[in-house]
Amino acid sequence: MNKELTGRAQRFIDELAHCVDIGLQAYKVDHNGATTLILPFNEALVGNTDTRIMHGGAITTLMDTASGTSVICTLEDFEICPTLDLRIDYLKSAEPDKPIYGFAECYRVSRNVVFTRGTAYQDDMNDPVAHCVGTFMRLGTEFTPEYFRTRVLEGKR
Amino acid sequence: MKMNIRELVKQAHETGDYSQLIAQIPYANKIGVSCERFGDDVIFKLPANKLNIGNPLLPAIHGGVIGGFMELSAALYLMMFQDVPKLPKIVDFSIDYLRAGYYQDTFVECELTRQGKRVANVSIYAWQKTRNEPITTARAHFLIPEN
Repeated sequence: MNKELTGRAQRFIDELAHCVDIGLQAYKVDHNGATTLILPFNEALVGNTDTRIMHGGAITTLMDTASGTSVICTLEDFEICPTLDLRIDYLKSAEPDKPIYGFAECYRVSRNVVFTRGTAYQDDMNDPVAHCVGTFMRLGTEFTPEYFRTRVLEGKR
Repeated sequence: MKMNIRELVKQAHETGDYSQLIAQIPYANKIGVSCERFGDDVIFKLPANKLNIGNPLLPAIHGGVIGGFMELSAALYLMMFQDVPKLPKIVDFSIDYLRAGYYQDTFVECELTRQGKRVANVSIYAWQKTRNEPITTARAHFLIPEN
């Protein structure tokens, strides 16, 4: 785990109103920028009140954010990279009352596009509830306002 | 009083008012989904909501929320038109982000691409300003629960 990058991830997530609202937290970021977020169990995100399983949309948000955050933590300088596409396979039902972890890493960074892959899991990373691949468009550093860059990279307000 | 989903679907079909059915889904209430039926068509709506923002710079709706909205709309669509008695289970979901989803009302329309015995394929389109400029397109597979 890299403390500096984990802090960067947390500061980035804290800027996203919806992520704050559902309680997304940075769990850890590794030296290569591979990111794990944690989504606490939340009754408000349940899709089916009989099973009390969180809705797939919550997993989409978790994985989109985990993938986007791993892009932020992998690139040298801060670049806003909007999601181009995302594909999620729902491998098995998540269990209620337990958090869901979202792991994502960048497996290829090209000049224009960043390719990510990851999994959502609960007890065991090798027994995931969902698998996700995504692509993110690089807009270049000039698209990010300086105040936002320093806020996320250096934690300055 | 808690009605089962099947009764709610039946009642909603009769009245054309699906709000009670949608209200049974906590996630739908959380992000704020509603729908309106026009004959055999239905348009789902996600009103602008500060708590759904995921890009503070534009500002724009969180891509995950748009995805969740589309996925939920597709599941509801199957319940409304394919006689699926409960929320069908999602198998996979693939979304393309074509334009920024600004902090505005967002609309979704679904199309059944293929319905098999056990699985359904749904295409989903989302737009804001005009239907001719979709902000995202998506497709999903759902497992059809046995009756």
